Amino acid sequence: MSAARSPRRSARTRLLVFRVTVLVLTGAFFVIPLLSMLDFSTRVFGGDGRTGAAWALLATDPLLRGAIGTSLLLSLLTVVGMLVLLVPTLVWVRLRVPRLGRTVEFLCLLPLTVPPLVIIVGLTNVTAWLSYLFGDTPSWLAFLYVVLVLPYAYRALDAGLSAIDVTTLAEAARSLGAGWFTVIVSVVVPNIRTALISASFISIALVLGEYTFASLLNFDTLQVAIALQSKSNAQESVAASLASILVAALLLVGLSFISGRRRSGRAVVATAVAPTPTGPAPTPPQEPR
Amino acid sequence: MGQGDQLSRQFRPARLLPVLGVVPFLGYLLVFLVVPTLTVVVGAFVEDGRPSLAVVRDLADPAVLGSLTNSLVLSAVTALIGGMVGALLAYAVVTGPADGALRRLVTSVCGVLAQFGGVTLAFAFIATLGISGVVSVWLDQNLGTGLTSSTWLFSLKGLVLVYAYFQIPLMVIVFLPALDGIRVQWREAAENLGASTGQYWRMVGLPLLTPAFLGSLLLLFANAFAAYATAAALVSQGNPIIPLWIRSALTSEVVLGHANFAYALALEMIVVVAVVMTGYSLLVRRTARWLG
Amino acid sequence: MTADASPPAEHGSVEVRLEDLHRRYGDVRALDGLSLTLAPGELVALLGPSGCGKTTALRILAGLEEPTSGRVVVGGRDLTTVPANKRDMGMVFQAYSLFPHLSARANVEFGLKLRGVRPGPRRARALEMLELVGLAAQADRYASQLSGGQQQRVALARALAFQPSVLLLDEPLSALDAKVRAQLRDEIRRVQLEVGTTTLFVTHDQDEALAMADRVGVMNAGRLEQLDAPQVLYAAPRSAFVADFVGLMNRVPAEVVDGQVRVLGVALPALEGSVDRGRGVALIRPEQLQLVRTPTGSARVVAVSFQGPVSRAQVRTGQGTELVVLLSGSAAAGLAEGAPVDVRVDAAGLLVASS
Repeated sequence: MSAARSPRRSARTRLLVFRVTVLVLTGAFFVIPLLSMLDFSTRVFGGDGRTGAAWALLATDPLLRGAIGTSLLLSLLTVVGMLVLLVPTLVWVRLRVPRLGRTVEFLCLLPLTVPPLVIIVGLTNVTAWLSYLFGDTPSWLAFLYVVLVLPYAYRALDAGLSAIDVTTLAEAARSLGAGWFTVIVSVVVPNIRTALISASFISIALVLGEYTFASLLNFDTLQVAIALQSKSNAQESVAASLASILVAALLLVGLSFISGRRRSGRAVVATAVAPTPTGPAPTPPQEPR
Repeated sequence: MGQGDQLSRQFRPARLLPVLGVVPFLGYLLVFLVVPTLTVVVGAFVEDGRPSLAVVRDLADPAVLGSLTNSLVLSAVTALIGGMVGALLAYAVVTGPADGALRRLVTSVCGVLAQFGGVTLAFAFIATLGISGVVSVWLDQNLGTGLTSSTWLFSLKGLVLVYAYFQIPLMVIVFLPALDGIRVQWREAAENLGASTGQYWRMVGLPLLTPAFLGSLLLLFANAFAAYATAAALVSQGNPIIPLWIRSALTSEVVLGHANFAYALALEMIVVVAVVMTGYSLLVRRTARWLG
Repeated sequence: MTADASPPAEHGSVEVRLEDLHRRYGDVRALDGLSLTLAPGELVALLGPSGCGKTTALRILAGLEEPTSGRVVVGGRDLTTVPANKRDMGMVFQAYSLFPHLSARANVEFGLKLRGVRPGPRRARALEMLELVGLAAQADRYASQLSGGQQQRVALARALAFQPSVLLLDEPLSALDAKVRAQLRDEIRRVQLEVGTTTLFVTHDQDEALAMADRVGVMNAGRLEQLDAPQVLYAAPRSAFVADFVGLMNRVPAEVVDGQVRVLGVALPALEGSVDRGRGVALIRPEQLQLVRTPTGSARVVAVSFQGPVSRAQVRTGQGTELVVLLSGSAAAGLAEGAPVDVRVDAAGLLVASS
């Protein structure tokens, strides 16, 4: 009778075997390149042993140092720009012009469908004007980066605003006598902290990893510098690549553990990185018992 | 209370005031998104200041058509690979506890890897399978392959492997919500009505997931088609795919005899991506109705 | 609305036996020795608070969960190790169980299709079942186009289409709103009587259980406390838990002497299950109490709430006990807050629990 002993148990075992196999195989596929980067960047060519020379260069090489600084500055500017542009707009739309909600969503997700390449190609007039206006600093790249991060930031902020039922809070605040500015600054913003952090982290991660705009406009951001450096010192480039991926990973993985309440946190992170142009933000189903 | 009254009420100034709050946002998008796109679309049909189809006709050049084919094939293949593996991985994750550490870890790691394009990814694979890559060396020593002397990584085949690195995680992120939408009651009801595991998947599970799966494949396709940085970092010469043609067109003065060839290429990209994304949004609506 | 002892329906209803079922999850005992027999064609309701194990018992019967020990016997066959899809049972879930990509008709046909019924007879049978639940006109609608009540009716038609030997209902009305619930309750019972399938019905709503079932089993912490016809359960609860759970119960300090309960100034026989002697708490139903308006009354009316056909009065006795009394419209007329009353008990016997 052993075959029919516990049909559910054997089904569960089969599932477990499947899960472990898939997770191990894909895990290996994703980890091996990262380990290879570590190995490559610490190898002593033509000899034995390990060296941290390439990694030390990250801190001392002027090209990289400059590029890291540029990228960090750009991240900061992008985050500020994104927050200033999106937060008031989204809150305003929710509270005062809900009819435009769908339109704003569509617009925010539009950058996903327009390849960055196309934007660069079509921007020659605008970029010429911008570089005239701001000079030779790469800082005005931030304007373009804000468009790039728009879909992801929108998803994060939208999930955060949905989770707290902005309209009810605003109505309550207004009935107690608050003006619109107070409502936005003192009532809404403190309650969407998780979403704000999420949107910011994702923006930073995206800016640090951005290459297309920077390279085609000839600016030395982190990724561009890494690519340039590869010609002279491959190990240093690999070390820098690994470092940047680890930083981005720390940001995003840390984000999912910072978000306090599990339900909204998960929705915020998941929707923030999922570039679905349409469709509702995923919410966990209520299982009745 | 006639129609006239209602119309005039709609357009009274006080009503329009709140809408003005959205103007800065709209203006920003106009300048940095809409204008470039329109510039491209219009510019592709202009030659020396006059409307013309000449630039667009350059797209029919055999070399360009070859790159288009390569781009389409590359996108399709990586979409399929990413779709299959990603769907399996998503299923392996979703069958675990919903708030468990595994799921959160995989979701956030996939979030990172899906954005992991460009330079970093290129170097990761160079370090692994390039000429002095770790795995290349190992494979050559143990399996007698010739990887340390081949440049296959920088060809289309190499691109397929490298693209998989961000297509699979993207699939996981996009497909996971659909899998979440599969209610456990459907499985139990099917079992109770007499269905075996195979019958459940054939008659309930797969039909329900197919729109979401196809939609996700389309998204992956568009993502691969528009990807630039990775290919740019791996391939330093030649234009095997359309995005690299644009690089050439932008960085050299005259390509194929027309100064604004880049516009035509960009227009081609817009058309392909737009078609694919339209299909995607149609499928997403069906998915939302069943699994939302 | 109970069925009297009538012969089983034409296609042969079966007896269902759950024998000493245990289910443990680590330290938690979801089921602690549940034994239950359903006579052919009978509708038994399992009633209890959440976590009492009623749903676990149903799911073990359905084959969706496995018991740690115990047997499931249906129609004389031991089904304990038989997989869920081979048990020939129809189940209605609490919600969301209709397949969204299939029409109502296709949903109902699902079980028939799996059993190899040809398309023609399949369609006819599906329509027949949809007519039985009153939804023939909605046959081509999809779940998203049907209301909650309609969805559950389709689910019922689907569960019965292939003439299962057992019908299982897992809180089918809990997700619906009150008015729909009442209507559907009668529907389900009508259909079940017409088809004659042995049925196990799980709910936490006692009104449902009492109204629909031939017998009701009250469960608590994985055990069956009492299994009886609704009237018996209500009038003669055998334990304090059952008495408290089913219907409203007043708890009045009392004393048991020589098999007699002394409470509220009267002495009545103590029912089986009461405390042997000494102090205890007498369990009295609101409708077993009467109020007599008298200026010398020792109790005071605290509040009266009008509930349509009856009224409910809250009364505080001279000793400080709070009582709920059910009054007819006329008895409650003009009863004011603070009015002095005497409380009388009108019962053949009382159950006394330990305090």
